[in-house]
Amino acid sequence: MEIYDILFWVLSAVAVSCALGVILSRNPVNSVLFLILTFFAISGHYILMNAQFLAIVNIIVYAGAIMVLFLFVIMLMNLNADVEPQKGQLVQLAGVISGGILFLVVLAAIKTAKPEIMDKTSTGIGLIENLGKVLFTKYVLPFEISSVLFLSAMIGAMVIGKKEETKPLNPKTDEGYIK
Amino acid sequence: MPVNSTHYLFLSILLFSIGIMGALMRRNAIIIFMCIELMLNAVNLLLVAFSKIYGDPDAQLFVFFIMVVAASEVAVGLAIIVMMYRKVHSVDINILNRLKH
Repeated sequence: MEIYDILFWVLSAVAVSCALGVILSRNPVNSVLFLILTFFAISGHYILMNAQFLAIVNIIVYAGAIMVLFLFVIMLMNLNADVEPQKGQLVQLAGVISGGILFLVVLAAIKTAKPEIMDKTSTGIGLIENLGKVLFTKYVLPFEISSVLFLSAMIGAMVIGKKEETKPLNPKTDEGYIK
Repeated sequence: MPVNSTHYLFLSILLFSIGIMGALMRRNAIIIFMCIELMLNAVNLLLVAFSKIYGDPDAQLFVFFIMVVAASEVAVGLAIIVMMYRKVHSVDINILNRLKH
């Protein structure tokens, strides 16, 4: 067993057990914390595969920004008490069975695939220099389009999240309707 | 047995299936969103693994674009969930069945 293999198994065990923690824990705050741990384990996999830039971006964007957004929303709604209604046992069992069947089907489909040997030597393709060159030559149009996507998502989130003013439908009754 | 592409395929499919199970099992809209993030990350992991095997940087840029789309999706989706919470004071997805009738 090389150090690569040991690290692979440890990080995989952490990722899978924390992913199970996400879907099994009753408290939404615990789910968010488990998901952050899963993202850290996946970032460890990226570092193992010489994708250093993606590992850093994964930690900054996912664990740093997106999950903090989730935590803010959960605390804003005061969902940290165990007030969540549960689905019935039958529906939960059906969910587990259909997920497990998907797992088995895809596993059976790829079982006969020829295993590709991983080259364990360090390569420079995951460094910022190399990725930046490809990003700004081959993929410069998708890059610019993604900036437009970000802008429209930002405007959309602000428009949706804005407090709606209600106008009385009928001045006698106080019933409001949404503009 | 040294780590090869089959191990990464196995791990990614396992994470993806856990995400599917979570999305089917839970009723909290925020948890379902988190399971979708988990599935996106499983796909990202497989893309990076094959980028390493074939020595191709394009797959890593695809992962970068997936992260961009996921970030904007989460911003809009959480705004929708907050708005829904303001209207019905719950994030239970079983309440949202008015289009059924």
